Amino acid sequence: MKTDHHVILRVVAKPLIPIISLFALYVHFHGDYSPGGGFQAGVIIAVAVILYSLIFGITPAMKAVPPWFARSLSALGFIIFGAVGVWALMMGGNYLDYDALFNEEPGGHYGQHYGILFVELGVLFAVAGSMLSIFYAFAGRVTEIKDEDW
Amino acid sequence: MIDLILQLAPAWAEAHAPALIIVLPLLAGPISAFLPGSGRIAWIMTMVVTALCTLLSIILLAQVRSVEGGAVISYAMGGWAPPYGIEFRIDALNVLVLMLVSFIAFLTSIFGWPTIRAEINEEKRAMFFGAFQVCFMGLLGVAATGDAFNLFVFLELSSIATYVLVALGSGRDRRALPAAINYLLMGTIGASFYVVGVGFLYAATGTLNMADLAIQLQDTSGNRAVQVGFAFILVGLGLKAAMFPLHQWLPNAYTYSPSFVTAFLAATATKVAIYALVRFLFSVFSLEFIFEGASLALILTPMGIAAMLACSFQAIFQTDVRRTLAYSSVAQVGYMLLGISLGTAAGVSAGMFHLVNHALMKGALFMAVAGVVLTYQGTRIHDFAGLGRSAPWTMTAFAIAALSLIGVPLTAGFQSKFALVSALLASGWWWAALIVVFSSVLAVVYMGRILQAVFFKPPNNPQKRQKEAPMLLLGPLWVLALANLWIGINGNFVVGLANDAAQALFIGGVR
Amino acid sequence: MVEFILERGNYWAIIGLMMIGLYTLFSSTNLIKRLVGLSVFQTSIILFYISLSRIDGGTAPILFGADAKGHGGDHAEDVAAAAAHGADAAHGVAADAGHGVADTAHGAASHGLEHIYSNPLPHVLMLTAIVVGVATLAVGLAIVVRIREAYGTIESDEIREMDLEVALAEYAHDHPGEADPA
Repeated sequence: MKTDHHVILRVVAKPLIPIISLFALYVHFHGDYSPGGGFQAGVIIAVAVILYSLIFGITPAMKAVPPWFARSLSALGFIIFGAVGVWALMMGGNYLDYDALFNEEPGGHYGQHYGILFVELGVLFAVAGSMLSIFYAFAGRVTEIKDEDW
Repeated sequence: MIDLILQLAPAWAEAHAPALIIVLPLLAGPISAFLPGSGRIAWIMTMVVTALCTLLSIILLAQVRSVEGGAVISYAMGGWAPPYGIEFRIDALNVLVLMLVSFIAFLTSIFGWPTIRAEINEEKRAMFFGAFQVCFMGLLGVAATGDAFNLFVFLELSSIATYVLVALGSGRDRRALPAAINYLLMGTIGASFYVVGVGFLYAATGTLNMADLAIQLQDTSGNRAVQVGFAFILVGLGLKAAMFPLHQWLPNAYTYSPSFVTAFLAATATKVAIYALVRFLFSVFSLEFIFEGASLALILTPMGIAAMLACSFQAIFQTDVRRTLAYSSVAQVGYMLLGISLGTAAGVSAGMFHLVNHALMKGALFMAVAGVVLTYQGTRIHDFAGLGRSAPWTMTAFAIAALSLIGVPLTAGFQSKFALVSALLASGWWWAALIVVFSSVLAVVYMGRILQAVFFKPPNNPQKRQKEAPMLLLGPLWVLALANLWIGINGNFVVGLANDAAQALFIGGVR
Repeated sequence: MVEFILERGNYWAIIGLMMIGLYTLFSSTNLIKRLVGLSVFQTSIILFYISLSRIDGGTAPILFGADAKGHGGDHAEDVAAAAAHGADAAHGVAADAGHGVADTAHGAASHGLEHIYSNPLPHVLMLTAIVVGVATLAVGLAIVVRIREAYGTIESDEIREMDLEVALAEYAHDHPGEADPA
């Protein structure tokens, strides 16, 4: 078989990809009291898919995570971010004022805690979606140089 | 009038207008990029958003002008109080820019549909409108923000969207692509220089809020880091504003981008950069700061004059109408810089007045050219021959805007050039006033070449039948052309706005 | 003299990188290389900001030990509270540390903090700048791909020659009977 020389890569990557995705979630949810956050998590999630496509080819990757899904994900991220801000507006605070989210007493911190988590979730979606879209846009083009010519 | 607007506007819109004006296009942009269909829904959404932003900017204007001398609206993003949090700060100067940008965006998005249907592939149209709204949002953000670093973020947001928009002109002419990459390289250098400058200011003062920066910088005169930061900011924003030797990206970008984009960019993008420059020159740094005063006289004045002369000459020798207009844009930036470099309230007011007028006339000119591109598929002067007969409505509006660009009495261009000349004479710069007049003569030559071809030459192709641009295009075009006449006859409204803007810089405002 | 140079090692590195980036950007004709130059230039700016945020003896700007207790109460019980207070305190530290770059201990001391923390603000700013840089680079590369498809080359001087030929042909078409302008 032609792809035999990739066998070790494939075997190693298969268990790694879910772990990478899990690590992304860890980075996201620990973002408010350790280094990390939505941006890093989004990049890591995108990396998981990119690794998959590097090893198994771009076509299966596009089947697993279709390009339209990646693009919509980035738009969804934007909208989540904006919606948290609008939510704060509705509750009578300034735009993105997390303290206003739950109308808490002064000194309450649930707004700050959940507000930043939601916003970072939006960032995660937006970053993961756009990183993947960028990757698909470049990798999905028809190559001029065939694999044999390398 | 002001009271009426304030009564009609809902309370939430008044309280949150500075945030909403940014948030609306920010949210609508990605949504409209994914709307199905041939882009028609995205176009309608764009029109609605730009119309709402125009309304919001009018509310802001009413709020600012409700107090004698201009109120200052401060909006703390996320409830973090300035100077630590990001502050949106609206005063008489940036409300003028906000209104200009959103009004022009509204008009261009109305006129855009026919030209976009002709120039952009069907599957890209929704994305195109998404990118346009992001670009629009970025320009508004630059104008609204009171935070130096936030300004960079908005500047780059709008610029990146602009590179994409310019590159989309490749469907009509592949030369749009090199133009876009050149714009990208130069524009990114400009923004990066700006960031380096802000970094130096931050190192010296420890704050990024412009109002706070202005206070902290007062006791740093002679500090080398501040001077270096100032130089970087001047060069960076000068690049974005197409200040004379840094304008090389502009002619190609304007010539080959889609007509819709050219009309919008020519009227707004460089104007917003000039606003940022003015903001830094006069309200963040102070005039007493000797180093800056010297830079006004030694850099801005010569560069403004060089732009007025060199680029007007270059405009004369172009064969493409859009290229002629692009070079003329650089020359007009020279007028604005000359007014600003006077360093007096009258000079800045004249500069801002010319900024508004130039947006109105260049918007009209490029819209008329877009109409010709749509019906006759050509932008060279050669293609324009005889159009005065076959497309009288389009070309009459074009002629009004062209006369305004030259500075014929009863047009907007005359009013602002008159204001500029009187400001120059008041400071005793009679030689600069002479150069302004001479440069206007050059404008007569380059616009005259086009007008002569349009009205006095026989059509190249006698088979060309009478073919007017569609109504959707003529409407906004004539709104702008009539605005030119209106300001030319009774410019008190805009002059008042420009004077308030200059007053805000020199007396109250940020300081 | 040697001390003067060595003390400012970070600035020399930044200036060096900046000049390498700008030189590549201006001298190269290959568009990909120009974009690489642009990236190097932007990286030097990131380095500049990050070296601004450094404070002697400062650690990562996350409250720990006695500082975290003083601000957030029992960490295990109320994580959310600690986090939010942390944000508040970090803001204060950022402001103070920035105000006196030379006066390093000042920021921590004035807030009664036990440890010295680096200024987190430039890091946050540079996170934004990195995102902007990535976006610019992606758009730039995408345009270069399209240029390659439209022109068959990514050398900017070859592109300019091709464009010049087109322009001359257009001119000749508009002005038949005139001699070649060049």
